[in-house]
Amino acid sequence: MPLNIVVCIKQIIDPETPMSQFAIDPRTKRQAPGNNPLVISPYDANALEVAIQLKEKQGAKVTAISVGGATTTTALRSALSMGADEAILVNDPFLAGSDQRGIAHALAKTICKAGAYDLILTGCESGDWADRAVPAFLAEELEIGYVGYVTRIEVRDGQVIVRRVVEDGYELIEAKIPFLAAISSDETNTARYAKLRDIMTAAKKMIPVWKAADLGLDPERIGLGAARAAITDVYIPVKESKCEMIEGNTPEEKAATLAAKLRELKLI
Amino acid sequence: MPGTLVLATTKDGRLTRDTLELLAGASRLKEKLAQPVAAAILGTGVGPYVPLLFAHGADQVYRAEHPLLEGYQGDAYVVAIHQICERAQPTVVLLPGDVMGRELGPRLAYRLQAAFVGEFIDFDLDQASGRLQFTRQAYGGKAIAVVQPHVNSVVATAKLRTLEPAAQEEGRTGEEIRIDVALEASQLKTHLIKRVREEATGINLGDAKIVVSGGRGIHGPEGFKLLEDLARVLKGAVGASRAATDAGWVPSSWQIGQTGRNVSPDLYLAFGISGATQHVAGISGSKCIVAVNTDPAAPIFKVAQLGIVEDWKAVATTLIERCRELTGK
Repeated sequence: MPLNIVVCIKQIIDPETPMSQFAIDPRTKRQAPGNNPLVISPYDANALEVAIQLKEKQGAKVTAISVGGATTTTALRSALSMGADEAILVNDPFLAGSDQRGIAHALAKTICKAGAYDLILTGCESGDWADRAVPAFLAEELEIGYVGYVTRIEVRDGQVIVRRVVEDGYELIEAKIPFLAAISSDETNTARYAKLRDIMTAAKKMIPVWKAADLGLDPERIGLGAARAAITDVYIPVKESKCEMIEGNTPEEKAATLAAKLRELKLI
Repeated sequence: MPGTLVLATTKDGRLTRDTLELLAGASRLKEKLAQPVAAAILGTGVGPYVPLLFAHGADQVYRAEHPLLEGYQGDAYVVAIHQICERAQPTVVLLPGDVMGRELGPRLAYRLQAAFVGEFIDFDLDQASGRLQFTRQAYGGKAIAVVQPHVNSVVATAKLRTLEPAAQEEGRTGEEIRIDVALEASQLKTHLIKRVREEATGINLGDAKIVVSGGRGIHGPEGFKLLEDLARVLKGAVGASRAATDAGWVPSSWQIGQTGRNVSPDLYLAFGISGATQHVAGISGSKCIVAVNTDPAAPIFKVAQLGIVEDWKAVATTLIERCRELTGK
C-alpha cells in the first residue's frame, strides 16, 4: 500500500523581501503586501520536497493542504507542480484571526475528511511568524506522535525513522505511523524547481475549496474571537550601529590590525 | 498557587544557562506581579539540582523523578510537566526556546488550554490594561510584535541569550515538592535510537565566549577547516549560516539564526556571511560582531562593530597566525 502523506503549507509574503521593501500596514498591524511575491513558506517547501522524495522512492500519494485566502491557490499550485498529487484549500472568513489552536483544528479536520493518512509533514517554522506552534497543536489534536526539526525520513513496514537536528548534533528517532514531523532544512531536502510541463499540468488541476461548515469546525475554537492572545502591535525597530571599517593595503595588514584591536579590547 | 513556573534543564552536571536566564525572567515577573517563582525539574537523580534552583531564585521546586524522564522524550515530558502544572496551577509557564522547549511549549499550552507565546525577548505589564504582554521578533527579525494573552494562563518559550542569567544567592532556600508522575512506557510514541554529537571544538555554541562563523562566502566544506583552526586557537566554537548548512558543508546543528541556535558571545566573527535578518536574529546578543565580507554593501556591516572588506580566507589565515602570537600558543 502506498503511503498517504499530507503536507501542510502556508503561503506568505516572500521572507527574502529586502528591508527597503518591508513595511508594516498601520491598520492591520501586519506586513504590507506591497508588490512583493507570495511564496510557500520556506520550510514548508522543504517538507514538500521530503514528501515528494518519499513518493519517488517508494510510492506515495501526496496531498498539500493550506488554510488561507483565495490567493493561496498560488502556493497550492506550486505544490502540485513540484509533485503533489492533490491540493485542498481551506478558505473561510470565519477562520480569519484564528490562533494556532484554530488553525490546527482546521488542519486536523481537513486531514481527517481527506481520508487515511500515514505521515503529516509541516515546516518547522513559518517564515513570517515563526512561533512553531501549529505542528505541535496539530499532533496534539490528532493524538499522534510528533518530532520537530526533522531533516530526513525513512519509512519501513509501518515504522518511521527520522533524523532530527538537536543543539549539539543529531538524533535518530523511531516512531509508528501515523506520525507528524516538522521539517527543517539540510542538503538533502532543498526544494526542487518545477518543470514547465509539470507547471502546465498543475494549472489544469482542480483545487477544492472547503469551508468551516464542510469540515464541521468548532466555532468556539476558530476565528479572532476564539484566539487566546492578541497581537496588539507590530513595528520596525530602530537599530543604530556604527561599523568601524578596518583599512589597510593588503588583507594581511587588515587582519593584523584587527587582531591588535581585538587584543586591545580584551576580546582575545 | 498562582505564579511563574520555569522548566529547568541540566547539562553535564549543571543547570543550563538557559535555566538561569528563565529564572532571571521569572524573578522579574515576581516583582511585577507579586507572584512566587517555581521551578520544575524532571529526570532521575535530580535531587542535587534542587538547592541550586533555590539559590538562583526559585521559591518552590517541583521535582519529578521517573526512569522514563531520563533524557528528553516529548510524550513523557509533556505528561510530567502537565501533572506538575495541575498541582502548581501557574499563571505563566516559561520554557527555553531550544529544540525541547519549542516542541514541548505548544503541546503543554494545548493541554492546559493556555495561550502560547513563542520566542519572547521581553515582557512587561501593559500600562493601560495592567495585563502581561510579551514582545517577540516577527518577519525573520525585521519587526517586533507585541502579544497580549487574553486568558490567565500562558505558556511561553524564551528566545535564548536575550536575558542575563540569574545570579546565585548563597543560603537561599525554598520548598521542595515531590511529584509522583503517572507514566507508562506504552504512552511514548517515539523512541530514541541514536544520538550523535557534532561539535567541532568540543565547545557548546550557546555557551561559547567566542564564535567563529561562516556563510555562503566560504564556498565549501574545506574553508570551514580553516575556521575550525581559528576557533581552536581562540578556544571558541564554530557556527554557520543557513546557506552553509543547507549546502551540506557543515552539520545542520551548527546553524545560527532564527531557526538554529541563538548565541551571545563576547566576540562573533562572521566570515563570508551576508547578514540576512534571520541570521542576525540569532546573534543580536553578541557584545562585538566582526564582519569580513567582499561586498561592502552586505547587510552584516549594518550590525557589526568592526568590519573588513576583503576575501575571508586571507584574513582568517593571518588572524590565526597573529592570534597564535598574541595568545602565546
